[in-house]
Order: sequence, then C-alpha cells, then structure tokens
Amino acid sequence: MEAVAFFAGALGALGGAVAVISLRNPFYSVLALIVHLISLAGLFLILHAEFIAAAQIVVYAGAVMVLYLFVTAYVGQAEEPIWEPIPGQRLLAPLLAAALFIEISVAVIGTGLKAIDSQGPTIEAGFGSPGSIGELLLERFLVVFEAASMLLLIAAVGAIVLAGQKRKGKPDDSGTPASEAEEVAA
Amino acid sequence: MDTTWYLVLSALLFAVGAGGVLVRRSPLVILLCLELMLNAGNLALVAFSRSTGTEDGQVFALVVMVVAACEVVVGLGLIVAMFRRRVPLDVDQIRGLRG
Repeated sequence: MEAVAFFAGALGALGGAVAVISLRNPFYSVLALIVHLISLAGLFLILHAEFIAAAQIVVYAGAVMVLYLFVTAYVGQAEEPIWEPIPGQRLLAPLLAAALFIEISVAVIGTGLKAIDSQGPTIEAGFGSPGSIGELLLERFLVVFEAASMLLLIAAVGAIVLAGQKRKGKPDDSGTPASEAEEVAA
Repeated sequence: MDTTWYLVLSALLFAVGAGGVLVRRSPLVILLCLELMLNAGNLALVAFSRSTGTEDGQVFALVVMVVAACEVVVGLGLIVAMFRRRVPLDVDQIRGLRG
C-alpha cells in the first residue's frame, strides 16, 4: 500500500518536473509545477511530515504559485526563439543532467550509511505534527527562526524597491505590481 | 519504502531541474527550475528526517521553503522591472550589468 502511494507520488512529481521544463508556454509550466508540488506534499505525508506537507500546499502551491501566475500573465507569454546561441545546447544539456543524476545516485547509493537501506526507526505518535515542529523552532532553532523572518522582511522590501516604479508628476506611489497591472488593463 | 528510493527520486528531480536551467532561456522558467531543485533538496531532507527518526530535517526543509519564497519574490521583482524597462526576457540577451 505504501509502495503504491510512493510510486503514484513519484510519478506525479517526476511528470510535473518534466512538464515544467518541456512545455513551451510558461503559463503551462507554472501549472505543471503546481502538480509537482502537490505530488511532493503526498510524498511528505508518507514520510510522516504532516506539517511540512500542509505548509507545502498552503505556502507553495497556494501563495507562491499565485504570484508566479500573476507575473506570467503580466509579462505575457513570450515563446522562446528556436535558434541556439550555443551550438548543440539542446543535446548537451540533457546529457549533462543525466550525468549529474548518475553522479548523485552513485554518491547516495555508494555511501556506507546503513540507515538508508531501511525504512527508518519506528516513530512515536505526533512525529512531524505542528506542535513538535513549533517546539523545535522556538527552542532549539530560535536563531534560525528569527533569521528566516528577517530574510523574509528584507526580501519583501527588496521586491518593492525592485519592482516599484518612480513616476514623475505624481505624488508618491507605492507602485506594486498589482496596481501597475490594473493600470495597464485600464 | 527504503530511504534510498526517496534519495534517488530526489536526485532525479534535481537533475531534471538542473537540465531545465541549462535548456530554457526565459528567466521565468529558469526560476521555476530553481524551485524544482530546491524541492528535490527538501525531499531528501525530509527523507533523512524519517530515516534518523528526528525532526531536525523537517525544520531544515521549512527554512529552505522560506529561502525559496524570498528568492521567488526578488526574482519576480527583477523580471517585472526588466519587463517594464523593455529589456528582452531572454537570459542570452542580458549580458551587461549596467543599469
């Protein structure tokens, strides 16, 4: 039963990933990435990481992907040109990716770690629940938690500085992408 | 399922993302491929967390998600700024760093 769930999730994640890089239209790529993320959330559930799975669906597949969709719709769907700036790029790149996969797999399988050949120890109830993750975040990893919130704040300010526009003749304007998009539509 | 299965799947997803970065030229799709690679790393972290029976790996995965969100916000801000300045959205044509 667990194997069936694993292979279903793996198939969804892999199919979504391949669709992201092979679809020509960026809009469809974003939709394929949502499929990939939801399949990964399923895999996280099999691994008893319930809180991570919920965060993946809500934060990633929900919020971040909506941002992507808005920007893709705003920028427009530019088709990629056919010409290759580096000769043979379309042949070389998959070869390099395959080499990378083989290399990582050899490194992973060839390790002397005994633990990776088993399912892992039996775990008590509440493993990966919001309560235990929150306890870890606020006790052992408090500095990490604070650093992460600082990073989010800096990223938010940076995005406003980058994407905000300065217009002449108008009193100050926050210039968020959303208001800009409305203006273009009008 | 053994942890090895998850690790090999994670390696495969990472390789697909890296191949996407090499093949595609739209910065938007390259950002999506970066997401693929970060998520492959997340899968490995969560698999290791299950394998060792501790939750530290899950906290790591959560932090990776925060970093990914920051990267998306700044990257998309750059793309919107490029679009507004009529800079072509093609990574092969963006070669100068001068604003």
